[in-house]
Amino acid sequence: MLTYLANPARFMAFSAWAAPLFFGLAVIAFAVGLPWALAFSPADYQQGETVRIMYVHVPAAWWSMGVYAFMGVASFVGLVWRHSLADVAARAAAPIGATFAAVCLITGSLWGAPTWGTWWEWDGRLTSMLALFIIYLGYIALWSAMDDEEKAARLAAILCLVGLINLPIIKFSVDWWSTLHQPASIMRSGGSAIHPSMLGPLLTMAGAYLALFAALLMMNMRAAIFRRRVEAARMRGGEA
Amino acid sequence: MNAFVATFRRDVALMWAGGGALAPLGFFLGATMLVPLAMGPDRALLESAGPPLVWIAAALAVLATLERLFQADLEDGSLDQMMLSPAPLEALVLAKGAAMWCVIGLPLALAGAPAAIALQAPPSLVPAIVLSLALGTAAFIGVGLIGAAVTAGVKRGGVLIALIVLPFFAPPIIFGSAVAGGDEVGAALSILAGCALAALALGPIAAAAALRLQAE
Repeated sequence: MLTYLANPARFMAFSAWAAPLFFGLAVIAFAVGLPWALAFSPADYQQGETVRIMYVHVPAAWWSMGVYAFMGVASFVGLVWRHSLADVAARAAAPIGATFAAVCLITGSLWGAPTWGTWWEWDGRLTSMLALFIIYLGYIALWSAMDDEEKAARLAAILCLVGLINLPIIKFSVDWWSTLHQPASIMRSGGSAIHPSMLGPLLTMAGAYLALFAALLMMNMRAAIFRRRVEAARMRGGEA
Repeated sequence: MNAFVATFRRDVALMWAGGGALAPLGFFLGATMLVPLAMGPDRALLESAGPPLVWIAAALAVLATLERLFQADLEDGSLDQMMLSPAPLEALVLAKGAAMWCVIGLPLALAGAPAAIALQAPPSLVPAIVLSLALGTAAFIGVGLIGAAVTAGVKRGGVLIALIVLPFFAPPIIFGSAVAGGDEVGAALSILAGCALAALALGPIAAAAALRLQAE
């Protein structure tokens, strides 16, 4: 599948219908997930209605890390096989991941105020998540600081791979420093600790975020490829 | 090995001729001086919160020296010479990092003693703070090599280096300030040494990969 799409022309043909398709999937999943999460799922016996922030916060946190892992894979492919489409994919994913990280931090802060009694605490999970957001910003800034796209792609890929160190730190921060943020309750040994009535809307929202990411990623990549083609055409025109 | 020693000596000589540790040291002490001005000179407050702040000053002092680390080599062609050398570029990058630590990191660590005392650290803790700063600056430099290498081709990349490198300064600062705060000093020093070793192992490899691209 991925090798098939590695050809830019085939990718353009595929994404021409896949991007709208995933966008539609995202709309449907949000249309189901948001009411389910915000109105029809049960309130928490301790937190009351504020638990609903979880359905926005947790998927954003998952996919801010998932997008970074995706960028890590794309960077590796771009670096080893010098594949330009992988470079385009890594670059196109960064602003989306940064936005997810920002959503995670902001909603987490809004959730922390009523439940923890504080907007912010310098706990391991919060701090490493903030570090991820800053790493995203550094990655984006490095890309835009370089004129030579070819070179920028390789250098940004090296930076992205170095930044992968942060992902396990975020994941295990709640186990290493048990300060404030609760440990994992979905993916843990001994089965999920969340009630099924909350797991349904949570996974629907996670699917919605993923579909949104796929759609935005393909739209960003298409825009980048079109821009490249225009520049190439302009250069040919300039020479003639 | 000869190339390693030669690069090390050249960089020490160059940094020394360029004022050596003087500017970073002055910066470090100046930043330390601002701490009590910002917090207020209240002795009890400084005693409880002051000493870890030498780490902010040390991190910024190292950061300020990173921008020119590879840029000068890229501009005057020394980098091409290094790549032509039979010695692996990784080793030469490590030599540059080692030179930087000797000229800048070590004096900063020693200056950490008066700075920590001025911020009301208990005198019994000062040797541990100096040792922790020596380890911590090595970790900063190891990570800084990567930031300096990926931005070597960017004009006025100072802020960009800071943005790229700062999140990776977090682990040494966490454990360094644990030493300066006086809790679990032995464990924190061991973890700091681990941070320094990891940064010095990974940094030259990533930085050399980036420098090869820069010179293309």
